[in-house]
Amino acid sequence: MSWYLTLPLVIPFITAIAAFLLRNGAYGRWVSVAGSTAALGAAIALMVVVLDQGVLADQMGQWAAPFGITLVADLLSAVMVLITAITGLAVAIYAIGDVAARHERHGYHALFQILLAGVTGAFLTGDLFNLYVWFEVMLIASFGLLILNGDREQIEGGVKYVALNLISTILFLTGIGLLYGMTGTLNFADLAVKVDLIEDKGMLTVVAMMFMVAFGVKAAVFPLFFWLPAAYHTPSFSVSAVFAGLLTKVGVYALIRMFTLVFDHDVGYTHTVLLWVACLTMVTGVLGAAAQSDFRKILSFHIISQIGYMILGLALMTPLAIVGAVFYLVHHIIVKANLFLVAGISRQLTGGTDVYKIGGLYKSSPLLAVLFLIPAFSLAGFPPLSGFWAKYIIVKATLDIEMWFVAFIALAVGLMTIYSMTKIWAEAFWKDHPDGRDPALSGLANRAPLLIPVAALALLTMVIGLMPEPFVIFAERAANQLLDPTTYITVVLGEPS
Amino acid sequence: MEQLLSILIGVLVAASVYLMMGRNLLRFLFGLILLSNAANLTIFVAGRLTPGAPPLVPDGLDAPVGPVANALPQALVLTAIVIGFGLFAFALILAVRAYYSLGTLDTDDMRVAEPKDQA
Repeated sequence: MSWYLTLPLVIPFITAIAAFLLRNGAYGRWVSVAGSTAALGAAIALMVVVLDQGVLADQMGQWAAPFGITLVADLLSAVMVLITAITGLAVAIYAIGDVAARHERHGYHALFQILLAGVTGAFLTGDLFNLYVWFEVMLIASFGLLILNGDREQIEGGVKYVALNLISTILFLTGIGLLYGMTGTLNFADLAVKVDLIEDKGMLTVVAMMFMVAFGVKAAVFPLFFWLPAAYHTPSFSVSAVFAGLLTKVGVYALIRMFTLVFDHDVGYTHTVLLWVACLTMVTGVLGAAAQSDFRKILSFHIISQIGYMILGLALMTPLAIVGAVFYLVHHIIVKANLFLVAGISRQLTGGTDVYKIGGLYKSSPLLAVLFLIPAFSLAGFPPLSGFWAKYIIVKATLDIEMWFVAFIALAVGLMTIYSMTKIWAEAFWKDHPDGRDPALSGLANRAPLLIPVAALALLTMVIGLMPEPFVIFAERAANQLLDPTTYITVVLGEPS
Repeated sequence: MEQLLSILIGVLVAASVYLMMGRNLLRFLFGLILLSNAANLTIFVAGRLTPGAPPLVPDGLDAPVGPVANALPQALVLTAIVIGFGLFAFALILAVRAYYSLGTLDTDDMRVAEPKDQA
């Protein structure tokens, strides 16, 4: 059994149990931080091994593939696990200054760690049904985190979130059943081989569309995103940061995995649908954000519009576009989680989240203003930040295949993103606080745990922006593995006899 | 048998869609449980219904003798039932809680987090 693959999964579960047992004292938060640090170490170790070997696979319980459950890490999985661990650690530290003791007693840290385990599991599994199980682990933990405070807004957001996600889950399950009926297997690698033998390609496309809708709900693409802006602004800020960073991206990851590895039989149809979905997602997301005035609601709609870029990368299906999708995925998790964390600090300082009712942050806390500007500009795609390269690659990919209109939409949405970011800047940071409040950082009792993760994530987006080459080369390698899954299949199934 | 079960699945889906179209949260949840049962039956049927023997391996052999039933879909359905049950229990409690704190189960009236007059 390979510890490289199992440790990133085992550590969060052990941490969750320990944090649950220690939930009544002040130790739970430290257990959570320690566990997240250990998980980060395990993720780095996995990354090093995968960089060296290409693809790493292991069969659980020593049942040979395709019969047992396989854990696989190719470069995409490894980088997603790593970025999950980084976000997890950042939010675990932030939670020290953000989460109320009452929520800790209700099991915040345990649920948080289980959520991270679910996300990591979804990235590492090589088995379709196992993916469903990890989705459920993730889902039930996120339900708990979402309504932890139990106020009216949270309950109401929770109802919408739960209802739409459960429908998506059932669709996913039906899709699994039908695909199993057609191929007799659930292993990704084996599916990739077996779907080629199916004669009725039309039926396969139908099943593919079921998966597209199921993962589309998770990824919050147009027109399936309504649960996201209904719920993401209601929980505590550390919870919404980890939701914003990771949860929808699991849906995007699942889409990329399934529609490069398994459902590549009718690219002309499925990926054209994805292309339209991507463009509409970008546009509706950014227009929705323009109409909002709540800090987190603006950011929530921007998640949707950014998801569009990633789906666009997948939809174009050229090598460069997939590179862009992978790069965008990683960049977006860092930046989006960071913006929600900044929103949390701003809420603590100014006492509100409606940008028209707060202000004065630039004058009183210039440090926070800088820490907001970095991820905000990165999100909008300013050089020299990571978002610039992410957008650049995607737009370049559209221009290469002469899709002028799509390129125009991608660029226009980038401009609109700046509009929303400057709205937050002008209202929350630039103008004076309407109540004459002085939102200085020095007034914050526990500012170190709040600021350190924000600064670290901001540094990360700058490092990617200033030295993009190793990251682009990495994304190229990951994209090559996705477009030519021969290695993936051989490593999982063993050498063909 | 397959045809019969397929029709049953169709009826279940139709009933659940009808229930879920309603504005009442409780009806929606009943629709959801019907839909998840339809999905479970789909997996069961997709795994082929065979009148085979139980999939038991006799002593000293590596594989069962003769045609046996496919055990995998049953294992999948079992897992899905357990997970679905857990999620449904959560959703029911959430509905009760929503009724107490929001005073309504009509989804159209749930506008606390997304007020109508905003923006």
